[in-house]
Amino acid sequence: MADKTVGKVKRIVGPLIQFESLRSTQMMELVYVGEQRLVGEVVRIDENAADVQVYEDTTSIKPGDPVYGIGMPLSVELGPGLLGTIYDGIQRPLEEIKNECGAFIKRGIHLNALKRTKKWSFKPVARKGDEVGSGSILGEIQETSLVAHKIMVPPNISGTIAEIVPEGEYTVDAIAAKIKSADGSVKELEFFHRWPVRIGRPFNNKKELSLPLITGQRVIDTLFPIPKGGTVAVPGGFGTGKTMVQQAIAKWCDADIIIFIGCGERGNEITDVLKEFPKIIDPRKNKPLMERTIIIANTSNMPVAAREASIYTGITFAEYYRDMGYNVAIMADSTSRWAEALRELSGRLEEMPADEGFPAYLPTRLANFYERAGFVENANGTSGSVTIIGSISPPGGDFSEPVTQHTKRFVRAFWALDRQLANARHYPSISWINSYSEYIDEITIWWETNIDPEWTKLRTEIMDLLQQENKLQQVVKLVGPDVLPDSQRIILETCTIFKNVFLQQNAFDKIDMFSVAAKQVKMLHIILSFHTNALKAIKKGATLVKIKKLPIIHEIAKMKFNISNEELDKLDKLQLALENSFEELDRKYV
Amino acid sequence: MYDTQFSKREYSTSTRMEGPLIAVSGIHNVGFNELVEIKDPQGKIRLGLVLESAENTAIVQVFEGTMGLSLKETRIRFTGTPLMLPVTKKMLGRVFNGLGRPIDNLPTPISEHQLDINGTPINPTARDYPQKFIQTGISAIDGMNTLIRGQKLPFFSGSGLAHNKLAAQIARQATIPGENTNFAVVFAAMGIKYDVARFFIRNFEESGALENVILFLNLADNPPIERLVTPRTALTIAEHLAFNENMHVLVIMTDMSNYCESLREISTLRGDIPSRKGYPGYLYSDLAQIFERAGIIKGKKGSITQMPILTMPNDDITHPIPDLTGYITEGQIVLERELSQRGIYPPIAGLPSLSRLMKDGIGEGMTRKDHPHLASQLFSAYSRVKDVRALASVIGQEELTPIDHRYLQFGDAFEKDFLSQKEDENRDIETTLNIGWDVLSVLPKEELYRMNEEEINKFYGK
Repeated sequence: MADKTVGKVKRIVGPLIQFESLRSTQMMELVYVGEQRLVGEVVRIDENAADVQVYEDTTSIKPGDPVYGIGMPLSVELGPGLLGTIYDGIQRPLEEIKNECGAFIKRGIHLNALKRTKKWSFKPVARKGDEVGSGSILGEIQETSLVAHKIMVPPNISGTIAEIVPEGEYTVDAIAAKIKSADGSVKELEFFHRWPVRIGRPFNNKKELSLPLITGQRVIDTLFPIPKGGTVAVPGGFGTGKTMVQQAIAKWCDADIIIFIGCGERGNEITDVLKEFPKIIDPRKNKPLMERTIIIANTSNMPVAAREASIYTGITFAEYYRDMGYNVAIMADSTSRWAEALRELSGRLEEMPADEGFPAYLPTRLANFYERAGFVENANGTSGSVTIIGSISPPGGDFSEPVTQHTKRFVRAFWALDRQLANARHYPSISWINSYSEYIDEITIWWETNIDPEWTKLRTEIMDLLQQENKLQQVVKLVGPDVLPDSQRIILETCTIFKNVFLQQNAFDKIDMFSVAAKQVKMLHIILSFHTNALKAIKKGATLVKIKKLPIIHEIAKMKFNISNEELDKLDKLQLALENSFEELDRKYV
Repeated sequence: MYDTQFSKREYSTSTRMEGPLIAVSGIHNVGFNELVEIKDPQGKIRLGLVLESAENTAIVQVFEGTMGLSLKETRIRFTGTPLMLPVTKKMLGRVFNGLGRPIDNLPTPISEHQLDINGTPINPTARDYPQKFIQTGISAIDGMNTLIRGQKLPFFSGSGLAHNKLAAQIARQATIPGENTNFAVVFAAMGIKYDVARFFIRNFEESGALENVILFLNLADNPPIERLVTPRTALTIAEHLAFNENMHVLVIMTDMSNYCESLREISTLRGDIPSRKGYPGYLYSDLAQIFERAGIIKGKKGSITQMPILTMPNDDITHPIPDLTGYITEGQIVLERELSQRGIYPPIAGLPSLSRLMKDGIGEGMTRKDHPHLASQLFSAYSRVKDVRALASVIGQEELTPIDHRYLQFGDAFEKDFLSQKEDENRDIETTLNIGWDVLSVLPKEELYRMNEEEINKFYGK
């Protein structure tokens, strides 16, 4: 490694090291501390001393130990080989670390993030003499059977192609092309480049959001949808199923690339993902999910500073694939752990704390992160998107705490997980009372042109019923359901069906785990037409007891398990059968 | 085990003492987290760790406290290594203090390996996903919150509840059906009373398991700082037994609340910026370093299952200690005062208890095919019971609908037959599931909407 000694250690307090700088250091410069070469970042500079936050355990680092610098900020390697790989928070490949040093992670391990030995087959699309700029596509590498990786000119480089390699097999560190810039200098481009994680990658402009991200989860897609390029926060106390929601979306959503960040969470959860994903076949493309996924695992027992970096590493990967024209969804589980890492490091820097000990710049950092989402026109003319789904673990499940409150300012959808629903094992436990999505207007057009022109009407109708039910429940809690007239009890009845059949979704059932958009709308139709018909029947004199005894109700209750995404005509038949059985009932009361 | 020959790196240049902390100056080459030996004026040796190291001074935290130390007469020696624990299988059947020194008047077991008690994180890619069902013989756990080998499943209890009894019963009864393996129990006591420790020892004796148990005792009157090391010492030997000696280790740690109190005490003394309720901002990371040491590693035969016990201050589950623990562990078994006062043992609260790893360890080929649906149905029905009871307390039982009455009956049957069992009653999984069906059969068939037709035909009312 071409690095120089930049100073020597003066003082060590946990993950924070102060060193005497011998030459000028930059803010956020990447440094290596001690003979073990622990990775760290410069976070504060004084006249001749600087503070480093170290990404590894600092046990047995001594005053006087050397500090090495490479004169560049914390960066990641971007190139083919990212997909299907599992990294820690600072892009060290965990699988290779395991091969190198066994089951436990040793300190000071340095391995290339992208394998230098693997050969990729490259097909050039640009030619010698072409004018190129930021993001121009030089050629393609089929990274996995699902994803064609575009080799692009890194941002901020432009000129004419002086040389480009022919079709063939290359390693990532081979020279792909030579670019002659306007001033006559020639730049050699490899198949990968480095990019500082804390700086967003440039693009031309942000576009309006209009395409929904279909997640296959009914409560999300129908009640609280998000678009591609949107942002959503998923807060929930422990045991309310945040990780389950994140995993379900990672498995079933229709993004091209998934980036899953396990930020300060459980090791076994990552193992679960690693075990599950290679086995699950993407229902749309028929390939293992792992081929479109990058996992970043910085579990709770791994060093706290790397946890802080993991979020940025993830979003940088996302932007890189966005630049190629892909729709990327990024799951950050959980942003609270990231905020806590900020707090811990800020405390060690002896900064003045604000709310609950969090640093005063917490909202700025959150805003910067969430603003890196969006649907954009890239520098190379393609368009792509980054959708952020960030979970929050509020202490004591109390949403008034700083991280939830600040996040709410920067996201436009909010899926509040509810303790009581989780206790009754109603999953996903997304509360229909406290959640919201501000994106409805933007994506209505898609639903109405592609799936069902009545979508908005149906959605409003059921939301209205849920609100009414919520009010009625308060009455019921006081006096019991018996005092309500049947015309109101039917609202309770319909909502119970809606909750049990529609909102509740079994993540482990082969048919129910994922519902296509059309199935969702058809199910909604059936439930609502049950309501309208039942209400009509009651007006004609039928009793609720009679209606509840209709055998068709059983079939409605089981429709999510019995009717798969491929046989939606069965739902139409069910709808007909429903109408018939009410007609029969009606005949008795004419 | 320690080189008592004081070497060159010995100083008597303490400049300040406060609480358990000593500032030493005029030193050099002292590493962060290094083990320190402190010779007090009487010539006795105490141990400490370097908390902060700078060019000229170091801050040392003394395990046994600074009582009786003076600036001039205290000699401080830096050993150059972090706190290490000599590990060997021969530690089974022995009793140690929190630092890993024998306190049963027997000689120190001879060992070849020394391990850093802080351990290193397990690489997530090296972990094997836990999915082997452990039968504890307790229906509320086996049936509804199944314990899985390699899991970390804490008890959230309150003072005066039967958590110790329950933990001892589990330690006695836990087996993997149809497997006969090497098992060991590592017991770490932090700040508990002597009689509680005695209760566990007697229990292990009676069940004849004592030779498979290692005890680490840091009792209520032992130095609180030693408490911060106790779980780490215990997990270090647990890791050795599990991953080098192929044993299945159950680690019981009680009481984690005392551990957290000690952490708060020390962090305050160090002047750390407090976050919630005065606990340091790194409480989460610190607890994670303990709890994440549970698990199974691919290619190794052993495993570590953790059962930490904590008492919720004022029975408040949102208090930082249970709250942060719940975010790290894979579920929690919550004990409820109300059940306990009604004489129900074990007083395991039906709804807030959860085992996250349960889904992969139960069902066909592991427990029984109907188990997942049965558990889900029990949760859902019991949740309805709570609603109905709340309603009944407002409008009176007479006003309830017939179906609500059935739910009340179900609730009583559930608590009396399913939840309650004797302290020495060891129910196998088959029995537990059958009792589950018995109590569900109080409800009409139509209410069992989480069960499928086949299961209802096979088990309902049988």
